[in-house]
Amino acid sequence: MNFPSELKYSKSHEWAKQDGDKIVVGITEYAQKELSDVVYVELPAEEQETQQSKAICIVESVKAAFDIYAPVSGTVVEFNKQLEADPGLINRDPYGEGWFFSVTPSNVSELDNLLSNKEYEQLLSQEAK
Amino acid sequence: MNKETPLVYELSQEGKKGFSLPHSHFDSSDISKLVPESLMRDPEMDLPSVSEPELVRHYVNLSQKNFSVDTNFYPLGSCTMKYNPKINEDAARFDGFANIHPLQPEDSLQGIMKLLFDLESSLKEITGMDRFTLQPAAGAHGELCGMMLVKSYHEARGDMKRKNVLVPDSSHGTNPASAALFGFNVVEVKSDERGRVDLAHLKSLINDETACLMLTNPNTIGLFEDDIQQIQKAIHDVGGLLYYDGANMNALLGIARPGDMGFDIVHLNLHKTFSTPHGGGGPGAGPVGVKKHLIPYLPTPLVKEEKGVYSWDEDIPDSIGKLRAFLGNIGVLVRAYVYIAHLGREGLKQVSQDAIINANYLKKKIEEHFTVPFPGFCMHEFVAQAVKQNDLGVHATDIAKRLLDFGIHAPTIYFPLIVAEAMMIEPTETESKATLDQFVKVMLTIADEAVEFPERLHEAPFTLAISRPDEVKAARNPILTYKDYRASKDNNGSSSISTTGVPVHAG
Amino acid sequence: MSNWLPLTETDRSEMLKELGVDSFEQLIEFVPKDLRISDLNIPDGLNELELMRKTKALAQTNQSTSDFMSYLGAGCYEHFIPSIVNHMLSRGEFYTAYTPYQAEASQGTLQTIFEYQSMMSELTGMDLSNASNYDGASATAEAALLALRHTRRNKILVSKSLHPDYRSTIQTYLSGDDYVIEEINWSEKGFLDQTQLLASLDKEVAALIVQTPNFFGVVEDFEKITEKVHEVGALLVAAVNPISCGLFKGPGQWGADIAVGEGQSLGVPMALGGPALGFFAVKKALMRKIPGRLAGMTTDRNGNRCFTLTLQAREQHIRREKAGSNICTNQALLALAACVYLSAMGKEGVRKVSEYNFRSALYLKEQLSKVKGLEIVFSGTSFNEFVIRSKNVSVSDIQKQLKDFKIFGGVDLGRFYSEFKDCLLICATETKTKEDLDKFVNAMKQILS
Repeated sequence: MNFPSELKYSKSHEWAKQDGDKIVVGITEYAQKELSDVVYVELPAEEQETQQSKAICIVESVKAAFDIYAPVSGTVVEFNKQLEADPGLINRDPYGEGWFFSVTPSNVSELDNLLSNKEYEQLLSQEAK
Repeated sequence: MNKETPLVYELSQEGKKGFSLPHSHFDSSDISKLVPESLMRDPEMDLPSVSEPELVRHYVNLSQKNFSVDTNFYPLGSCTMKYNPKINEDAARFDGFANIHPLQPEDSLQGIMKLLFDLESSLKEITGMDRFTLQPAAGAHGELCGMMLVKSYHEARGDMKRKNVLVPDSSHGTNPASAALFGFNVVEVKSDERGRVDLAHLKSLINDETACLMLTNPNTIGLFEDDIQQIQKAIHDVGGLLYYDGANMNALLGIARPGDMGFDIVHLNLHKTFSTPHGGGGPGAGPVGVKKHLIPYLPTPLVKEEKGVYSWDEDIPDSIGKLRAFLGNIGVLVRAYVYIAHLGREGLKQVSQDAIINANYLKKKIEEHFTVPFPGFCMHEFVAQAVKQNDLGVHATDIAKRLLDFGIHAPTIYFPLIVAEAMMIEPTETESKATLDQFVKVMLTIADEAVEFPERLHEAPFTLAISRPDEVKAARNPILTYKDYRASKDNNGSSSISTTGVPVHAG
Repeated sequence: MSNWLPLTETDRSEMLKELGVDSFEQLIEFVPKDLRISDLNIPDGLNELELMRKTKALAQTNQSTSDFMSYLGAGCYEHFIPSIVNHMLSRGEFYTAYTPYQAEASQGTLQTIFEYQSMMSELTGMDLSNASNYDGASATAEAALLALRHTRRNKILVSKSLHPDYRSTIQTYLSGDDYVIEEINWSEKGFLDQTQLLASLDKEVAALIVQTPNFFGVVEDFEKITEKVHEVGALLVAAVNPISCGLFKGPGQWGADIAVGEGQSLGVPMALGGPALGFFAVKKALMRKIPGRLAGMTTDRNGNRCFTLTLQAREQHIRREKAGSNICTNQALLALAACVYLSAMGKEGVRKVSEYNFRSALYLKEQLSKVKGLEIVFSGTSFNEFVIRSKNVSVSDIQKQLKDFKIFGGVDLGRFYSEFKDCLLICATETKTKEDLDKFVNAMKQILS
């Protein structure tokens, strides 16, 4: 499985990417595989406040529903409207077209609390045991 | 193979009708003169016009696409798919039960009130509880009622901080959902390596914030919680209550009683243990029984008897209130009454004994081929795992689907959540040994097939009206009405539904 | 032993032998000895003939609509049920099946749910309907919960002319959290008091819950009110009698976001008020938040049209404590009754029944208003129910004397509203002929003369 090194990862399987003054959020390849075919995403509203590690939206497959936890605190600036029509993007391109939303962080240093790709892979191999 | 049945809409033809109604002999002036225009409906609404013989054939044809207890072995674990006696159906349809109004004077309802009172007495005796409300319409409705009673009980004692409801990780989904719906905080208790509540973990979770523990016994794995006396002591010692999910009561009739185990509140699923039909998903009935200290909080009304005269007792000042309109799912209660009256004390006992014998017999016969995760005798149901098959690429769902080809309904699969590749099997007492032996034969055949051609099992079932439905498609672009269907055809199969228009989050 | 138990004594002992035990007791060794009971103190079982006699005798002790002419309504109605309904419900393949989780073995149930959803949506003018709730009251309470969840607000406004049992069920359901419920009074004509409503309507309100025809039988026009409710971002929840939608606009047609109610009028016997049929229909925006089951159309692997339960990730068996509702077992068989009923009636039949109810109650209202000592309380348009006041004779006296005529002459409204102690809520449906109504009017004349 692919975990790009330029991203930061949360223990709850979200990724975060700094893009100028905002942070883009999605779920990892591992998470999309666990979910199987995504059928629906309940996206956050624009301007909704986020808090690090607090549930912010929900992603559903046919047989499961998972909360998505905000990797950083801040304010939602944009969400991926394409997911409404084509939630399968999350399965096909989790780090690209399948992004969830972007946030203006209230404290960029929160990113340091997240995991690197190596640390995240380690976490996954521990969970598998 | 395509055995599509047209939608009733597709049978519709202008000029046909399926009704026969009386002529009105009242004021025949134009309706538009009597009803204000702003209230009046445009008479064009899309309901079908079909003749009665065509309708009968339509619905009978549809019925034949169902598996049911009347036509198939239905070992669906946790659901107690037992035979639904026919006399129950006759009784519920008696004119004096079916055609009575809840607001009739009490003296015109003495027969049904006596029946309800006597049913309550039987349920009290069977469970060892002190009083029952017959109002809840289903098990989950009973659970919600139970959560309300728990809250009222603690608050009446000025004990306001009890916010936690504990549920085992093997519990039915309704347990945590009911507790959360009523504002409780749900705390999950782990199961131990014996498939029972982990007593040490439980003890580490309970304190003066514990409102109650919800427990199914035997649990969803079909095992008796043999530490129940220690569990009840631990919960009561911290001032919490013990709630009994009666989904598995079919294992205990005449053997043991939740009331004696220390449970404070009990719900029963009359549509499981007491044979009222599942109806394709309902109606059920979920009466809730309580010990003395919780009687003051029961919903209104209860049935009261004085010198052979029955009345509704509305005077319950601390009652939690009403859970629904009127009195309960009376037609279901009538069926349960008849069931108990036919079996009597000996028969009820035999029900649970046979249910337990049947389950253990099946377990023994298949455990060589399908892994049984917990050793020892089970109660009325057991969980097997498609673990060996999983190594071959065959999953519980494939086995479930393949069973359908042999005319056997699938067991409950992937539940409880703590057991991988779970198949929960509950034969019930109303199946013969010959049926059980046939099931065993089929299961062993499928075990062989899993070795010989695992790929093929992914395609099962082969012999039914349809093959596996595309659930992803159904959930991504929901078609929930005939109108949606027509729109989707107009759009040439593209997405028919837009969820825009109203914000997903208002406010 | 019972004819419902197929195991013979030989079977039992053979099976126990297979299990390596000598007696049943050895199978239940996990049940602590001190918890076991030796016997149940309930009567011995009855054979089928005895049981039939005993049960029938209990049924005959009640006075049914065959014994008394009933003008009772108030949320539970006597209607004509075509024979076909009970026959279809009596198909074992329908009533002895479980919830259609295994779609391949449940296409019958699934397609009928789909047809039910289609017809209920059409009747109410909504976009979609679930497969049923317990009853009208609990469906209304769940609608309140949905609105609170959806808007993330904490106040509910409830019309005081909503069925009293529905109001108390909402109260009970919401008592677990710090929600605020505010009741809005009625005006002189029996309509919702708009002045009070406007004073209470603010951005804390999650929903306004109304009923039409309301508990007093008055049909209300909520079109403008709905606009006001939407202006503050709240939802409009309408409890309706579905059979009235044959003649009056369905709630979807005047803008309601959620339509709920009691579907018992659609082919379900009264049975002392249950099992009945809670229905729950919504606009598309609420599709993924609706409680209960939904059947959806899809295709199978061979491309054939078929049906399956869908959007299940909303439900308790998947989402557990995060589910929006705890509902599992519902009223599926009664939804089938409504499905068959509506198929048989079609648009023409539904309209006819609806009109018959309207004209019948209108005739009765006019005739009773001419009886000395009686007056009609609300002047608004009614459907099949209305309120009359008795100026001289008490309601209980009237009811007592009507017994001699074998008539249940309406519901004592004082039971529910102390300000209406001298009033009766009277209902007339298509089950009454003009002669029946005249008989009732004459009885009232005699009693009040």
